[in-house]
Parts: sequence; C-alpha cells; structure tokens
Amino acid sequence: MSDAKTSINIDHLANLARLNFEPEAAEHARQDLEKIIAMIDAMQAVDTDGIAPLSHPLDSSQRLRKDVATEVEQRDKFQANAPSTAEGYYLVPRVVD
Amino acid sequence: MTTTMTLRAMSDALAANKVSSQELTQEHLQRLHADNLNCFITVADERAMEQARAADEMRQQGNAQALTGIPIAHKDIFCTDGLTTTCGSRMLANFTAPYNAHVVDLLDHAGVVTLGKTNMDEFAMGSSNENSHFGAVGNPWDAQRVPGGSSGGSAAAVAAGLVACATGTDTGGSIRQPAALCGITGLKPTYGRISRYGMIAFASSLDQAGPMTADAEDAALMLSAMAGFDSKDSTSAQRDDNWLRQIAEHGIADLDRPLTIGLPKEYYQDLAHGEAIEAVQRTLAEQGHKLVEVSLPHTHAAIPTYYVIAGAEASTNLSRYDGVRFGHRCEEPDSLDDLYRRSRSEGFGAEVKRRILTGTYTLSVGYFDAYYIKAQRIRRLISNDFNSAFADVDVLLTPTSPTPAFKKGQLSEDPVAMYQQDLYTVPTSLAGLPALSMPCGFVDGLPVGAQLIAPAFREDLLLGVAAQYQQHTDWHLQRPRGQRVSTEWLA
Repeated sequence: MSDAKTSINIDHLANLARLNFEPEAAEHARQDLEKIIAMIDAMQAVDTDGIAPLSHPLDSSQRLRKDVATEVEQRDKFQANAPSTAEGYYLVPRVVD
Repeated sequence: MTTTMTLRAMSDALAANKVSSQELTQEHLQRLHADNLNCFITVADERAMEQARAADEMRQQGNAQALTGIPIAHKDIFCTDGLTTTCGSRMLANFTAPYNAHVVDLLDHAGVVTLGKTNMDEFAMGSSNENSHFGAVGNPWDAQRVPGGSSGGSAAAVAAGLVACATGTDTGGSIRQPAALCGITGLKPTYGRISRYGMIAFASSLDQAGPMTADAEDAALMLSAMAGFDSKDSTSAQRDDNWLRQIAEHGIADLDRPLTIGLPKEYYQDLAHGEAIEAVQRTLAEQGHKLVEVSLPHTHAAIPTYYVIAGAEASTNLSRYDGVRFGHRCEEPDSLDDLYRRSRSEGFGAEVKRRILTGTYTLSVGYFDAYYIKAQRIRRLISNDFNSAFADVDVLLTPTSPTPAFKKGQLSEDPVAMYQQDLYTVPTSLAGLPALSMPCGFVDGLPVGAQLIAPAFREDLLLGVAAQYQQHTDWHLQRPRGQRVSTEWLA
C-alpha cells in the first residue's frame, strides 16, 4: 500500500475503535501508526499467488458442540464486577429519551 | 531453606517429609514480600497458606501427586477465582475473576500452591514489561535492564529465585524471549496443547500458555500437569501422547537416537551472541547429533505478518472492554458512546491503543484483503517453510532473541524497533509450533538463550534435546551474584 502514509485518518480509526485522543496524542499515534504500516508494507513484496489464507496455525477447523446450555446461572457473582447494576441489570446512561 | 531449588528438589523433599508445604509456602511468601524488582502485581498470602494446608492434608491422606504442595506463581493473565486478575492493565485493575482458567484449575487440583500473580506487559503486548500499568520489572541480572516481555514478571521471579516456576503465555515470543533475557528455561507448547480457557485473550490464533522454570525437567513436569483436552476451548487439541504421561512419573526419557538438527541460515545474521550459540552447536555435535544448514526463506516477512494478524485479533478481542459489564468505567458519562470512549481511553495504555489502531486499520474496508488476507497467505508460506525443513531435520536450533537484555527506556519510544525483538520467535508462533528457550551463556554478564523448535506436538524432542544439553552444561543453574540453583534438597 504505497498510499498508506497519506491515507491514515486517525480520527476515523479512533472513532471505529471507540477511543479518544487529545490533539497532541492523536498526532503521536498517527506518526507511530505510519511507522508500523510502513513496516507492515514489506509484506506486499511477498509473492502469494495461488496460496490459500491460513487462519488456524495447524490448519484445522474448529470443533463444534451440541447447542445445549452448559453454563450455570451465576448472575450475582458476575455482576459483582460490574461498575453499575440494579435489580440484576447492568446500568448505562440513558439511550432513549 | 535459603537456596533456590528446582521443582523436583522440592517435590522429592515433600515426598520424603523433609518439609511441609506450609513451611515452603511461608518461606516463599517472605521472599516475595522482599522482592524489589516489581515481579508481582498481587501476592495472595491467605489463599496460598490455605492451599498449602490443604496440600499437606492431601499428602497425609496419601493423595499427593508430584506437584502437590509446591508453591508457584501465575502470570496475571490467568483468571484466578476470587483473586484480582489485572492483565497488567488499568482496565482490569479492580477485576476479580469469577472463575478459574483451565490451567489454574488443573494445577489447583494437583495441589499446587498459588503464591501470587506476576507482572506483565499490558494485555501481553510488549517485549520489555515496560508496558505494565503496575510499573516496569527489573532484570535480576541488572535491575536497570528489562526482563523481556510480556511474561517479564514470571521470568524475573524465577531468575531471582522467588519461585521455582511461574506460568507464562506466548503469543509472539512472550515466554521464550523473557526466559532468554533472564537466563531461565521457557517452553511454548504447540498451539492447542494447553487450554486457553480463562487466559485473557490477546490474539486467539496465536496465544498459548506454558511453563517458565529453571530447567527442562521442571518444564516437562509442569507441561504434564498443564496440558490436556478442554471442551471449553474450541481450539483445544485432542491428543493421546504416551510420552506426556511417562514424563510425569519418570521424567524426560533419553533420546532414543541421535537427531538431525537444522540451523536456519536466516536466523544467524548479525548476531550479538554468535559465540554462545556456536558453542551450543558444538555441544550438540559432541553428543552425536548431526547439524545441517537449512533455509526458512520467508522468515523476513514474519514480523510484518505477525503484527497484522496479532493486531487484527487484538482489536477484535479488546472490543469487549466497554465499561459496562466489568473493567474500568469513566466518571459521569453523559451518553453511552461517551461511556465507551472514555472508559476505553482511560483504561488502555499507549501500546494497547497502538495495537488496536493497527488492527482497526488493517481490518478497515478496502484494506482487509491487502493486509489481513495477505498476512494469512504469508502465514501459510511460513508454515510451509517449517514443514519443508522438518522433512529433513528433527528439530531446529536458533538464537531466541537478537540481543541480551537492553536498558529500560532504550526501545520504548520506538515501537517498530521494539517489535524487532520478536524476530526469531514470531515465525514459530505463526506456524503454531512448539519451541523452547534454554540458557546458553552470557554476553557482558547478561544471559542469552538458544531456541529449539520442533514439529507440532513434538515437545518431547525439545525437552529431550534440552535435558541432554543441560546434563552437560550448567548455564541454567547459574543465578545473579554467584548464586546457583540446586537440583537437590538442601535444608
């Protein structure tokens, strides 16, 4: 990707990743990402014609299991880690007025 | 007990009633509290003493196994029920795991005592342990230098004699590189050998747990306890390896024949510690093994490929941290979107954000094929390289890392320079192969490591070669300030 350097829109990426950056930090992040993408672009020189992608390192497929519930109910235990709950629900700021 | 000992020395002493688990645990806890290298994020005094009492009871009832009553530490990436599990991040600083990782369950059932949780690079992203929210870790050989990463706290704790064994995880070298930089033995098993359940996810197609110990015998003992099929991990391998069962009882078997050991020429360029690795070659040749040069032609593409795949998987895995169900939440969010953004921005450190952005970029519309799919194609080429090499050789021998331990701050401002630390470890990770790093000498007083790589599920070859090498050398027994690890109980 020879156009990588000009195409990095840090605001767009930060938005997709749900991250905020102060202006100075955004510029720093953009410069770092430029370097990383430039390093990654070395891949483009490798001839991969006719080579199938490999997603599992040992080329095996994922095992499937029967569609039955195996988890036991532990709501209170799990919600003990939640920042805000009420009556068994997770609380977030109002979404619909 | 003031000397550092191997797991087996402690195991034998416990079996012979020379010491109790409670005595061992008490002594270890005292050492942990005196640690000035910042190896630990959490020390679990009460829980450890409780486990030690239970282990002593197990033994009295005649139910003890080899590891019953032995105190170890877990990398703080493994969920431990009722105990803080931070993954080195502010995001999880107050997270109490509601369940045990499968590895923790297995070791708990074997009667192992958990002393605490070791420091690490945040979400296992780093090669120096400088990315921890809980501060950097010092290398026991020189506290101004890094212990490597991301399992830096585990490696430093073993090298400093705080524990005989700590668990680690390896995504691109996070067991092997810190093991090399701290002068200990580190084993990354085959992908799927050990369950990933309850091991906080970084890059799911690469992550693998393993032991960090003084020597290969201890690594084998730990592997036999940590490995095994787990239905809760969809990539857990269903294996029935006889040698794995034998190891727990009888230790590592002698190699039944001389091996052919490949030296991949791409790994031997511009080495800072060429002499140390050449000495390993001489020792192995003297032991009757045949050494031949081989080529892994796509090695140069491994770092870019790894950083695309690991970044993509990390950005996906870390999308779960939203400030809603667990983890850090910002103060007074004014909308759901504000809650997501500020919780994540406050909770994650700089390197984690870099990896998320890298993954977000390479997975973006228009770039997916050029980066992610391209990387997966190269991943197959790298895997094919290893398959071709293993048609002619049994194992491969390489350096573990390009340099010995570097100074804190030396590389932390340049992420791409830091990524080069993973040069010799990521190809194996991409191919899912087992690899072991063993101490093989010193450069300017700093330990360096040699890496052995085997075909999938042939950890027995790695352990066999390493055990034989360690019978004829003592690098693995050397510790800072002239201390030595004892393989026998010294009361």
